[in-house]
Amino acid sequence: MKGFLIKEFRHIFRDFRLMLILFGMPVVQVLLFGFAITNDIKNAPIAILDNSKDYLTQKITDKILSSDYFILKKNLNTNNEIGDYFKDGSVKEVIIFGNNFAENFLKNKNANIQIITDASEPNTARLLIVYTNSIINDFQQKQLSSSLEINNFVSSGKLLKPVILTTEFKMLYNPELKSVFMFVPGIIAILLMLICAMMTSMSIAKEKELGTMEILLVSPLKPVQIIAGKVLPYVLLSFINIITILLISYFVFKMPVQGSVFLLLSESILFIIMSLSLGIFISTVSNTQQTAMFISFIGLLLPTILLSGFVFPIENMPLILQYLSNIMPSKWFIIIIKSIMLKGVGINYIWKETLIIIFMTAFFIVLSVKKFKIRLE
Amino acid sequence: MTRENILIKVNNLTKKFGRFTAVDNLSFEVEKGEIFGFLGANGAGKTTVIKILCGILSPSSGDVSVDGFDVYSQTEKIKKNIGYMSQNFSLYEDLSVYENFRFFGGIYGLPRKEIKKRTDYFLKTLGLQDKKDSVISSLPLGWKQKIAFSVAQIHNPKIIFLDEPTSGVDPVTRRQFWDMIYKTAHSGITVFVTTHYMDEAEYCDRISIMDAGKIKAIDTPENLKKLYKENSIEKIFIKLIR
Repeated sequence: MKGFLIKEFRHIFRDFRLMLILFGMPVVQVLLFGFAITNDIKNAPIAILDNSKDYLTQKITDKILSSDYFILKKNLNTNNEIGDYFKDGSVKEVIIFGNNFAENFLKNKNANIQIITDASEPNTARLLIVYTNSIINDFQQKQLSSSLEINNFVSSGKLLKPVILTTEFKMLYNPELKSVFMFVPGIIAILLMLICAMMTSMSIAKEKELGTMEILLVSPLKPVQIIAGKVLPYVLLSFINIITILLISYFVFKMPVQGSVFLLLSESILFIIMSLSLGIFISTVSNTQQTAMFISFIGLLLPTILLSGFVFPIENMPLILQYLSNIMPSKWFIIIIKSIMLKGVGINYIWKETLIIIFMTAFFIVLSVKKFKIRLE
Repeated sequence: MTRENILIKVNNLTKKFGRFTAVDNLSFEVEKGEIFGFLGANGAGKTTVIKILCGILSPSSGDVSVDGFDVYSQTEKIKKNIGYMSQNFSLYEDLSVYENFRFFGGIYGLPRKEIKKRTDYFLKTLGLQDKKDSVISSLPLGWKQKIAFSVAQIHNPKIIFLDEPTSGVDPVTRRQFWDMIYKTAHSGITVFVTTHYMDEAEYCDRISIMDAGKIKAIDTPENLKKLYKENSIEKIFIKLIR
């Protein structure tokens, strides 16, 4: 058994490409998803056309620019310039203050701000508007209340205090709406699926392809030992990978682990075992590495990415796909990880999802043992 | 043939896959130390028989014993005493020669020292001592074949099964390989070999010709030639298979 493991590790360590996939990919993926493929708005270039240039517009401008979301590219002077900046793509948003802004705001209570965005990127445009709007609203609230206080003070109770309705949003668990927090659980799920299921199925299929499987079967080794020997190294490697991902997300992206690390790791091991049993199952139905790779890729990886709620929210899918997503193990695993990492819940909140994964694991193990036996018959 | 000299004993062996009968009521015996040639067209059921004898396939009916152990209940013991080499010369391509020996020795439970000793012995016989640490994939096919044959003997088995061991190698290498087989048989190891090359059949002590799950003929090459009044095994083979 020990010899088997040593051999298996040799296979892995001698295959440069495999090593690259095993250890390079997790790091690259986390960094990619974390930095590049992000839904967050950060430092969006904007231009401002200030037609009144008074103290209020200055205040609003300062407030907008003091947030991390926007960066001032250009102060415009005429309407004509707007089109040019949008066309060459140097700004994503233009904010236009109407004439006599302060006066209108205080006296007529009817000041004008126009926001124009580049909707060739619809998501970004929408987000920019929401962000800008909330900043301006916030400003408006404060301005109103402070001016009312002054009024109240001056006219000493003559005026009734008007009720100001403040709608306050509070984003729970991910207050900054960082998309990294969305991606990390998804990446963990995908990588485990990929490494465990794809790599094990491929390495078992490779033995079949080379004919060494026959020799192993003819040897006194029991099938269970053969499979355990093939699978154990990947358990270890996947575990190292999870820890790498968690460390990167913790130190680079400041993603917290609110719940128990122990629970998180145990759930991960459960999911690893699930993926491995899936991998073994795949290997029983495929005789070549290529088949194994195709089945894992099309049958596992794509659905994992598309249906697990990692990229597209499940709630927005057509009903059929919503049902279909229930058979994706990764969907449940992502729910579990998110709950533990972001909400910090214990096992009592996620026992149902855990049970589902345990059930799936058992299902695949039974299925592959059956298949394995049939093959030997 | 005395009783204790018989290593493989097959009696009325039948193997069915669903409704298809791959092996049909087969009976034969293989003696200790002989080279037994197992001939047959593709799909005649040769591989099925080998798999049953190796204990990885259980028969549908019939009695089969290998080295006195029953294939139904004592496959563990059978597996310890057999060596197997397939037509792919299956070795781990990304491991070195020595690592292959060590791995296969390891799965048969040989101690490290013993593996080392036997590896040195085999490499010396092959004249490949300086290749001990070369990776298998860097070696020519003929060498791989010889190494695979040695690896299959690392645990000193009583029988060694060779499934088309010479496919795809040149005539010179084939000749050398048969020298190795003779040496092995001389050392007391029984060799059970399947082949497509009829000239190789002539090297065997005894041969059986199989077709559609049945054995059509079984005897020494000389006796078969006399019996069918032909001057080569190839002619007999074609006569029987038609």
